[in-house]
Amino acid sequence: MPLSTQSQADDDQYVLVASLDNARNLSNILKAIAFKDHAIFSATPNGLKVTVEDSKCLQANAFIQAEIFQEFTIREDSVGFQVNLTVLLDCLNIFGGSTVPGVSTALRMCYKGYGYPLTLFLEEGGVVTVCKINTQEPEEPVDFEFCSTNVTNKVILQSESLKEAFSELDMTSEVLQITMSPSQPYFRLSTFGNSGNAHYDYPKDSDMMELFRCDKTQTNRYKMSLLKPSTKALALSCKVSVRTDSRGFLSLQYLVRNDDGQICFVEYFCCPDEEVEES
Amino acid sequence: MPKQLWWVQLALRSVNSSRSAYACFLFAPLFFSRYTIPSEHVFRCKIAIKSVQAVFKSLATLEKTVEKCHIELDEQKNHLTFTLHCKHGLMKTHNLSFQDSESLQAVVDKDSYANVFRSHPRLLVDTVVHFPPSLEEVTVSVSDERMWVRNHVEEEGDQSKAMLTELCLASDEFDHFAVQTPNSVTFCLKELRGLLVFAESTGLPISMYFDEPGSPVVLSVTDSVLEGNFVLATLSDDHNPRKNNTRRECTPPPPPDDFMNDDIDAYLIAMDTSIAPGPSVTCLPEPPLADSICSKQSAAANHRTRLDSEEEEEDQTADSGRPPNKKFCSLFFGSVLSPSSQMTTQPVTTQEVLASDSEDDVQ
Repeated sequence: MPLSTQSQADDDQYVLVASLDNARNLSNILKAIAFKDHAIFSATPNGLKVTVEDSKCLQANAFIQAEIFQEFTIREDSVGFQVNLTVLLDCLNIFGGSTVPGVSTALRMCYKGYGYPLTLFLEEGGVVTVCKINTQEPEEPVDFEFCSTNVTNKVILQSESLKEAFSELDMTSEVLQITMSPSQPYFRLSTFGNSGNAHYDYPKDSDMMELFRCDKTQTNRYKMSLLKPSTKALALSCKVSVRTDSRGFLSLQYLVRNDDGQICFVEYFCCPDEEVEES
Repeated sequence: MPKQLWWVQLALRSVNSSRSAYACFLFAPLFFSRYTIPSEHVFRCKIAIKSVQAVFKSLATLEKTVEKCHIELDEQKNHLTFTLHCKHGLMKTHNLSFQDSESLQAVVDKDSYANVFRSHPRLLVDTVVHFPPSLEEVTVSVSDERMWVRNHVEEEGDQSKAMLTELCLASDEFDHFAVQTPNSVTFCLKELRGLLVFAESTGLPISMYFDEPGSPVVLSVTDSVLEGNFVLATLSDDHNPRKNNTRRECTPPPPPDDFMNDDIDAYLIAMDTSIAPGPSVTCLPEPPLADSICSKQSAAANHRTRLDSEEEEEDQTADSGRPPNKKFCSLFFGSVLSPSSQMTTQPVTTQEVLASDSEDDVQ
């Protein structure tokens, strides 16, 4: 394969080399968090984590484990850089992103280290393209201090039903209110728009509800504009876990299966919009 | 087609901003699996259509997932609550705020119209598909045996650049084709597309009624539990005084050819949904609603037909020369207009109503 023979000699100089037979396994999941131009890449021997943030209130992370890649070589404990995600996605789709079965774009992503550009070798049908994208000093992602021990309420839903609710949400509402409770209405999404309010209720015994663990009634509001991008991740996912902690911070975790059926995760953290009295 | 007298029903009405198109859907209680109203209670409100559409956003999803739809009125909170019970236990609740509303009626005497047609919706849909979606106005001309449908081109426009499309339908393509007065009417096609989609999805035949230019054209679909009526204004012949004019106390000069001319007085034309005077009608309880209905009948269609609504400021001088000869069933959640006593014997009192507060009707 042209890509591997080409750069074998250069491999020593790269601190990170990651290869995929199908670039879509990376580009699809990155699209699910591409609501801002810049993304922070953080690679460890476990795999790749890509972070996108919005105004310090919302953070999205995509996790692609090392096992997903056909080749994943890292020469340091941790490699980090920041790139323009929009440009990266354009490069990954440089061959037009057609979905003819059997035809896919192969990717070899290489990074020499601090100060060097991110180099992408992309091949499809014998044609090779080399892209070099400038990298920046990676910003420190916000630590939302969301830990499992502090989680008060958690539900896991099949994405199918949430997708329907999210596609119908009243966008004239500034906030999305999430109520989780051990009693009625169990799990409720509410909007307050121009024409009135709307509620989507999921009972705890619904067959869409895979896990329901709510200890106390909590109602929190989140800015709709912040949560809107998460619908992309929802669209790709088959399951989603919704967790809130004692501060009302929201964690949405999406289980995404790529083209080859392998599992990746996307996670969104969101700050609550205002203090709502917990009943 | 048998007409029906519905004592209690749900009515949904809307009118376009230029008041040149009006639609009304009436649902009998049997349309619903359950229909409960507080007795003697008349309820009328208006809600932004977009708000209600948001409840029923995706028809495909509705078909697949909604098991039950519950509509409930909460008068204290001024909310109309739509609850959709869906599969997997999911429940969607929409609390929509409403505003008080006056009666909105287009009153049309479609049975007096000279030309009546009925066909399967497919015929009209297949005809309309030949015109671009952006086409505003279409002209329908009929002779004893044929109907022509063509796009209407403004005379002021550049004729040489306009594309004219004309279709001809034979009378045998219709289930019913009755022409008393060969005529030509021009109206806005865009406003009808909704009805065509609805009729096609339900398979209900569409009936079309029209008279002379200037008189509104009425299209309706009906079955045993619902009736939909669309009333559209038509272009009139320029400066032709109509026979009704002579009966008017004060006739405005014929307006220029302009659908959107807001200076035109509104004319209500009685929407005839009732049966002829008869014993069944006497059972209708008081109180009468919407005096406005009666006066409009005689003001039948001059030039543009405009539809009365609570927003109408101008004084409508109704024609009193032709007493309405049909009953009107009124229809908002149980209130029914009482028959002839209201209409035939008190024409004078009914003339003022257009701008009045029809809430006063309930005595």
